[in-house]
Amino acid sequence: MFRKYLFSTDHKVIGLQYALTSLVFLLLGFILILLIRWQLAYPGAPVPVVGPWLGEANAPGGVILPEFYNQLAAMHGTIMVFLGVVPLAVGAFGNYVTPLQLGAPDMAFPRLNMASYWVYFTGGVIMLASFFVPGGAANSGWTSYPPLADIATSGQTWWLAGILLLSISSLLGSVNMITTIVQLRAPGLTWFRLPFFVWSQLVTAFLLLLAFPALQAAALLQGMDRLAGTSFFLPSGLVVSGRALSVAGGGSALLWQHLFWFLAHPEVYVLILPAMGIVAEVIANNTRKSLWGYRLMVYSIFVLGFLSFAVWAHHMFLTGMGTAVSAFFQATTLIISIPSVVVLSALVLSLYGGSIRFTVPMLFALAFLPMFGLGGLSGLPLGLAPSDIALHDTLYVVGHFHYLVAPGTIFALFAGIYYWYPKITGRMMNSTLGAIHFAGSLVCMNLIFMPMFIQGLGGVNRRLWDGGQQYAHAQELARLNIPMSHASWALALFQLFFIVNLFGSLKFGRRATTNPWHATTLEWTATDSPPLAHGNFATPPRVYRDAYEYSVPGAAADFTPQNEQAGS
Amino acid sequence: MPNGVAAHADEHGHVHVHHPAHQHHFQTMQQQQEASALGMWLFLVTEIMFFGGLLVAYMLYRVWYPEAWSEGSEELSIVLGGTNTLVLIGSSLTMAFAVRAGQTGRAPKVIVGWLGITMALGLTFLVIKFFEYKEKFALGHVPGRNFHAEGPHAAQLQIFYSLYFALTGLHALHMIIGFGLLSVIAWMAWKGRFSEEWYTPLEMSGLYWHFVDIVWIFLFPLLYLVDRAHQLS
Repeated sequence: MFRKYLFSTDHKVIGLQYALTSLVFLLLGFILILLIRWQLAYPGAPVPVVGPWLGEANAPGGVILPEFYNQLAAMHGTIMVFLGVVPLAVGAFGNYVTPLQLGAPDMAFPRLNMASYWVYFTGGVIMLASFFVPGGAANSGWTSYPPLADIATSGQTWWLAGILLLSISSLLGSVNMITTIVQLRAPGLTWFRLPFFVWSQLVTAFLLLLAFPALQAAALLQGMDRLAGTSFFLPSGLVVSGRALSVAGGGSALLWQHLFWFLAHPEVYVLILPAMGIVAEVIANNTRKSLWGYRLMVYSIFVLGFLSFAVWAHHMFLTGMGTAVSAFFQATTLIISIPSVVVLSALVLSLYGGSIRFTVPMLFALAFLPMFGLGGLSGLPLGLAPSDIALHDTLYVVGHFHYLVAPGTIFALFAGIYYWYPKITGRMMNSTLGAIHFAGSLVCMNLIFMPMFIQGLGGVNRRLWDGGQQYAHAQELARLNIPMSHASWALALFQLFFIVNLFGSLKFGRRATTNPWHATTLEWTATDSPPLAHGNFATPPRVYRDAYEYSVPGAAADFTPQNEQAGS
Repeated sequence: MPNGVAAHADEHGHVHVHHPAHQHHFQTMQQQQEASALGMWLFLVTEIMFFGGLLVAYMLYRVWYPEAWSEGSEELSIVLGGTNTLVLIGSSLTMAFAVRAGQTGRAPKVIVGWLGITMALGLTFLVIKFFEYKEKFALGHVPGRNFHAEGPHAAQLQIFYSLYFALTGLHALHMIIGFGLLSVIAWMAWKGRFSEEWYTPLEMSGLYWHFVDIVWIFLFPLLYLVDRAHQLS
């Protein structure tokens, strides 16, 4: 019992553990932002319904205190990125789908895989527990910039411990993923026959592998600053609340930013690459034709991965690092937009001439394209130092990256859930509920994030407890917060359709055939839905053709499975 | 059945005959060995990036505070650091002999013997390191509230010692983990688990041990040998 469901080494069980845990965290991170949205729309008004439960120390009389607001904001970012999206994209989809698409019986290192999940889980518990320590959870933003973070309440130490565990988990996962893809491809599954999703997981794993250790090093140094009295990130002459801080000083706060963004910029691509992978699978399947420019897409994500290590300081144009350095990072940032645009264009061109089926996963994948495009385009002014100086730390930035991760990545993850659900459970999700979930989410997300561009261009800063009402220039624009917040609560209601669908379909969903989408890749064609519990495949599959042979002239059906022999 | 074959029925009722260490999801022992080696190298890449992050901090502060660096470095003992360097290089050699003994299928006592010497050398390193640390505590060179240093660079010296403890402390932690790892491997070797066909854990531990040595080869000049050429003349 324990070995089967809790401490299983089977990649499918671990994938599901990751999926459920990360979905719970996504919901939790979402709930935190709903509280923030209340405070932004009605600053100083007591939070309805849940207000009394927030605790006297955090929200006396239900009114969110600035200190608590900071915790909510910092933990929203942390939970969404490190505990929600990455574990869902890499831990859940990567774990469940990749070995099946490779025709492999399991991941290369099953016990390491289990360890990876439990380390992630422990990290998540530590992050949650930090809400209950004196002073509450981390409150220096998800970026934890020192010197603020160095002298913050003890929640920050818990944050560092949590981040160390989460990064260890990601590293174990990426070692496993790369080894699996290199070693355990089915016979005949040559590199350029791999589904694009597998490529995206491979590049993602390399990014995690190379980027996370820098954050570990930085977290260790910050931990020493907080616990051992060192001054790695504490400059001399700090004055806090009118009193000189008694530390040795001499450190560099900027060093943290460099180490942090060396991780966190590639991390952005960790968020987006698996999303592109899922969207590519769904688009090829629902247009009934192969991807346009498959090889070009593969090359592009490699360039993307490589360049993502040379753009990190575009987050730091305002730190005074100098024009020469800024010019370099400005150039690399604009160059990296090229491969992103190539992938996006290839996905759009893949639609051309296809006989498109508007299934629920396809709706999400189709919406991903313009939403991701908007997010990407709005990033260009942030990549140029002159315009970034005006826009830095305004709500424009918040709008920009939320377009990438919310109607971008999270839509792709929804597409993945609706697409692979029959594979995992043997039942289809309800498409009416799915369509409502899709339409509502799309409208609400745009209502939330589009006004942020307007607010940001008007100069309203992010991370303000009152939404900017203390500033004359922001007062008009702060009124937009009311419809934005209402849209966010409506968005929450539309997620109920998803939750009901997710669990209800387990029992009431229409029974799925083995290959309900008429797909070509191995996870659908070489094993049952759900796959065999032990070893995935009754007979090890052999691969004879490319990943997306749809509508091949002269073929019996409009899809030719990868494991179908020529002439059979 | 040491070194032999294992036969058992799986969930489908098929009877398998294979090496006891062969895991089912690998087609061949060679594939399994290659996967382990790749995984280990990838892990070492993360370790390189990890120490790399710390060395970025080292670079920055060394450029900022060259005087403190040369002052701090003078306080460290080349004799102790140098001895430890030799001890570790020696342990890498004996580790390589242990792996070779496994690879060529020598008797368990040969493998365990070489591993024992390796572990003894590792322990020697840690003991010497302990006495170095003890001296730092006595002199008040441990960063934090009780840090004590004279001269115009006292605050900057604290950063040097912070990095000294961060880098050598993490290295020592890796040594301790390596020591534990080799204990397990030695026990496995004693039980006769390794043969020419399969000695993967032995080889992987060897990779780890060599990596930890190489880290020290970098740390020794970076910490002990800053601006000390004048002492030679």
